[in-house]
Amino acid sequence: MISASLHTYLALSGLLFVIGFFGVLLRRNTLVVFMGLELMLVASTLALVAFSRYNGTPDGNIFVFFILTVAAAEVAVGLAIIVALFRQRHTVQVDQLNSLKH
Amino acid sequence: MGQILFTLFAFLTVIAAVGVVLNKNAVNAAMCFLLSLVGVAGLFVQLDAYLLAFVLLLVYAGAVVALFLFIIMLLDTQGGSPRRYSPVTIGASVAALALMLTGLGALLTRDRLVAPAIGSADGVGAALKPYAYQLFTTYLLPVQVMGFLLLVAMLGVIVLSRRLTNGEDSQ
Repeated sequence: MISASLHTYLALSGLLFVIGFFGVLLRRNTLVVFMGLELMLVASTLALVAFSRYNGTPDGNIFVFFILTVAAAEVAVGLAIIVALFRQRHTVQVDQLNSLKH
Repeated sequence: MGQILFTLFAFLTVIAAVGVVLNKNAVNAAMCFLLSLVGVAGLFVQLDAYLLAFVLLLVYAGAVVALFLFIIMLLDTQGGSPRRYSPVTIGASVAALALMLTGLGALLTRDRLVAPAIGSADGVGAALKPYAYQLFTTYLLPVQVMGFLLLVAMLGVIVLSRRLTNGEDSQ
């Protein structure tokens, strides 16, 4: 049973995306930055599912299935990179990982 | 009833997402992320995407958050320097906030986006048979590519997590 308008879902999705974006922008811990990235992906899937439901076609749902697959692979690779980085540099704070900057 | 559930899940999602951003402790942030995902899964159920809600809980809440918690446990990530934001960060924050407010205002005040009327028909995500039929006919090539991508990601993770012992690799 559908209970909210498409506008509401899109506004919610945009809000969630912006919250994730601020997580990426403002946090110093690489793991939390990564969580903000995942939040942005989930927000985009919410918009896709809402569009798919209101349009009456299953394509949006299928795209979300693919997005979830790619996100799972991305998380595995990203966390492996973070662990490798921690082994080399013994920190995951982004302001201390600046050897390419200077 | 549906309206109450929608409001509940929407608030759960947004408040938990804010908790991810604001929590000092990475473990608490991961737990807030889990709550936010549960809220999104509830919204998926409201949109008749039962399979996707199940997959989201299984893959994200089950696997991804557990992986995050393992890595947080493995690495000692507490502490860190006090926050100092560069002018670029502050500018980007202000620009993002302005863009979001403009977008939300345009979305909610003007009625440019006309949603087609929902009939009494069931949601397309509710029936699994047409979903799977589409997945394995129209979208067969992306499914194969996804399988290959998962294989590549698995090999990449194995290579990345190998302990580097020889000299030319370890630098």
